[in-house]
Amino acid sequence: MKTTAENYLAQSVLLRLLGMLALVVAPHLLRMPLWISLLIVALILWRATAARRNWPLPNSWLRTALTLLCFSGVYASFGRPSGQTAGTALLALMLVLKLTEMRSRRDVMVVVSLSYFMLFTHFLFSQELWTVLYLLVCAAAITAVMVESNHGGQPLPLRVSLRMGTLLVAQALPLMLILFVLFPRIPGPLWGLPSSSGAARTGLSDSMAPGDISGLIQSNELVFRVRFEGEPPPARERYWRGPSFERFNGRRWTHMPREVLRVPPAEATLNGRPVRYEITLEPHDQLWMFSLDIPDPATLPHGSYLDQDLLLTARKPVRERWLYSLTSLTDFRLEETLTPELFRLNTLLPADGNPQAAAWAQQLRQQYAGDGAAIAQAILQRFRNEDFYYTLQPPQLARNAIDDFLFNTRRGFCEHYSSTFTFLMRAAGIPARVVTGYQGGDYNELGDYFIVSQSDAHAWSEFWLPGRGWTRADPTAAVAPIRIERNIAAAIPLSEGLPGYLARGSEIAALWEARTDWIEASWNRWVLAYGPELQSDFLRRFGLVDWGQMVLALTVLITVALSLMGAAMLVRSRPVTPKDAALKQWQLALRKLARAGYTTAPAEGPRDFIQRVAQLRPDLRGSLHALADAYLQARYIAADNPQALQSLSREAHSLKLQKKIS
Amino acid sequence: MRLWLVAKILLHPLRFAQERIDAWVLARVKRQPGPIPVSRYRVYILPTRFGYGFGFMTLVMLMGAMNYSNSMGFALTFLLAGLGLVAMHQTHSNLVNVQLHAGKAAAVFAGEVSHFQIRIENPSARPRYSLSLAWPHYTVADTALNKDGKPLQGTRRRAADDEHPVTADVPVQSITPMMLSLPARERGWMPARVFSVGTDFPLGLFHAWTWAELEMMCLVYPRPAPPGRVPPGAHGGDGHTSGKQPGLDEFAGLRSYQRGDSPRSIHWKSLPKLHAPMVKQFLETIDEELWLDWNDLPDLEPEARLSQLTRWVLEADGTHRHYGLRLPDQTIEPNSGEDHRNLCLKTLALFQA
Repeated sequence: MKTTAENYLAQSVLLRLLGMLALVVAPHLLRMPLWISLLIVALILWRATAARRNWPLPNSWLRTALTLLCFSGVYASFGRPSGQTAGTALLALMLVLKLTEMRSRRDVMVVVSLSYFMLFTHFLFSQELWTVLYLLVCAAAITAVMVESNHGGQPLPLRVSLRMGTLLVAQALPLMLILFVLFPRIPGPLWGLPSSSGAARTGLSDSMAPGDISGLIQSNELVFRVRFEGEPPPARERYWRGPSFERFNGRRWTHMPREVLRVPPAEATLNGRPVRYEITLEPHDQLWMFSLDIPDPATLPHGSYLDQDLLLTARKPVRERWLYSLTSLTDFRLEETLTPELFRLNTLLPADGNPQAAAWAQQLRQQYAGDGAAIAQAILQRFRNEDFYYTLQPPQLARNAIDDFLFNTRRGFCEHYSSTFTFLMRAAGIPARVVTGYQGGDYNELGDYFIVSQSDAHAWSEFWLPGRGWTRADPTAAVAPIRIERNIAAAIPLSEGLPGYLARGSEIAALWEARTDWIEASWNRWVLAYGPELQSDFLRRFGLVDWGQMVLALTVLITVALSLMGAAMLVRSRPVTPKDAALKQWQLALRKLARAGYTTAPAEGPRDFIQRVAQLRPDLRGSLHALADAYLQARYIAADNPQALQSLSREAHSLKLQKKIS
Repeated sequence: MRLWLVAKILLHPLRFAQERIDAWVLARVKRQPGPIPVSRYRVYILPTRFGYGFGFMTLVMLMGAMNYSNSMGFALTFLLAGLGLVAMHQTHSNLVNVQLHAGKAAAVFAGEVSHFQIRIENPSARPRYSLSLAWPHYTVADTALNKDGKPLQGTRRRAADDEHPVTADVPVQSITPMMLSLPARERGWMPARVFSVGTDFPLGLFHAWTWAELEMMCLVYPRPAPPGRVPPGAHGGDGHTSGKQPGLDEFAGLRSYQRGDSPRSIHWKSLPKLHAPMVKQFLETIDEELWLDWNDLPDLEPEARLSQLTRWVLEADGTHRHYGLRLPDQTIEPNSGEDHRNLCLKTLALFQA
């Protein structure tokens, strides 16, 4: 072993350690600021070269200075070094700076432990399916380095240490699975998540202006997956409700909470066929959750409630993937009577602006004598019959946006149509509001579920009729029914060109996409969402209903698995018994005798046994005695003589027995 | 003293408990001629300091995984926990079923370090890695300090070199010799003490060990007195003339180097080839008898007399003279050569005043 005083590890082992570090740090390099990534790569390369060329390592002053410099650099880059990204960057820097001192086994062990931690931080950023493979490969590599650092004397061959690392990880794997399933999970978080975990995400927001949703649908990001129990409702009924907006400033719609108006919460009478479904919601850092109208209050998932507008709402911002089941009753009457305050709020319009549209609405009001349903029909009729277009690239609208859209440009996206419709209804004196959410979803046959992504974002309207309550009206359906029946890709004119992801390729590509999504969905559904609720549901199937039973089962299984492994290891460490050729031949003869019905009694030696059999079978006396003599000769008297073994083999093979004559 | 004990129990309860347990176990170790099989009932195992650290790290990771409800984080945490448990069994079975054989222990002079060879046999089909030998702490504390209170060289584990490994691998079905060093302080037979065979392999999270005591003896010659005093019969009135003029003697071949041989007699040419120093041997042309006599040193204490006689034996052997040894109760007739020298030294080592 060639080591200098400064290196605890042999050069070859140090290089392996550097390789392991590179593997563990690699996925982080793209996430970190450029200077940190470059510094990490440079330090690893420098350390490798220093080890090869026997360069001296920096003294403690230089090390301290470098460390302080890195700390202040991270502080300057991130502001405060407590977020996930900053913490990870700091950890990675500390890890590579530790390479400048490797004097003792302790230093090596510190690097190894930090490497495991580094591996852990990776999962704060990505938990996709491939990370399982990455986890196992890295764990085997780190463990191999750990094995090397605990091996004195000559370094182990790389093959041997890698095999040991892999073997240890493979043996730990069953224990990991048992712990993963049975270790009692408690609902997190323990000390609150740093705010940076809710980094800017795309999605619906708490207001809506033209351009918001058409911007959103450019993204293919997953919002949630939903699986129906039984027949899924048709596309035109799959309206996933999000926030609704009551206030309008001429351009932007915003929400007005009922608490502010001091009006009672909305009430609904629910009828009809219950639709049961299960949603896996991706984290969006907002309070609202999605459901079909209107969820049965008795089936709400734990940690959620119906807000005063009957919108399914989480008690905490959704920052983790959430699996919940729900029942909705699609036949309902929502708020049959409207309080005067709400009536006023939902017919309120800015005092000036959009005079043409307001005048047309007034005209409709007179024409249909204030009948809301008829007015709505008339407006939708206009959208349908005149040359309105559904387009992702609507032209810029003038100051009176509604007027300009209705009488001039006539090209818009769903937010234009729902906004205009709501405006017209209000101008005609009918309470109306804008609702945003998602509509439709792509069916995945493999997993029998629907994928709802940002491209399914939608805005529609609701107007209020006395005695009937809030009624959904989707003006987009009047313009582009295919958007509602199928999806956005079908509704956009081909000439416009679709955003890359929407331009679906061949059928095979679509099938492949469905398959990968199904795998990802199952991964999310069964592994990543495996928390307290899923655990107790899952374990209840095996009759484990409380923590005590879980811990008991956990202890028993771990003990059994560990004892089996320990026993196997002990068996391997037993002295090797030399293979006894004479014994083998003797056992062959014994098997023949057993088939004929003669078996040795316990505590009966070979000679006694043969004598007994020879008395029973006088016809075989000669060959039996020859066999016994040959065996005793080959096994005990002339154990090293190959000729004795040969004659035993001959006797054993020539022994011919018929069944016992009874 | 009692206060000191109380303080120790309070400050290091684990260490205190460990020492008590060790003492209890050590008192029950039987001295055997060997081979001693290491049975699994006699293998003890405890986490190392690093093992506790690893456990703490896993706990921190568990908290992190809980906080972020991170499934992959849980997976890694549980993998590490599993790794720790597996490592415990691996470390245990890395030691179980090896056999300890007593090896040689070359004679040394008092004040030097004796090396007990212990041969570890692996009779199984599984290679054993990084087995190490060690004395218990108190043995090292007892013997590792010389009279001035300074540590003697060669007793600490780090001081082991390739020739005298205290940590080594034992491949499948083979025997690896290892050395345990102990300072030799007094002449006579020095028995090997209770020692431990242990291992941290593969992950260093656990230390498994067992205690054993092999019937081994190391002969310790008296410490040679500093050179300077000349034996009375070496020169004086007997008309002795040195018969060792170069060229006068007949070259009689090479023999291996013995401690005390003069550097001038070393056959340097053969050193690179044989890797061990050889010494030129000459036939004596002058056969002057030299008597090394206990009674020639009336001014010295008995131990000092033995030291001086030891020095004289070495010097006489170095000059290839015929010499005899006269002690109060026994006499060794004059002779020369390695066997004679060793006989003389052994007699001196075991002399009972």
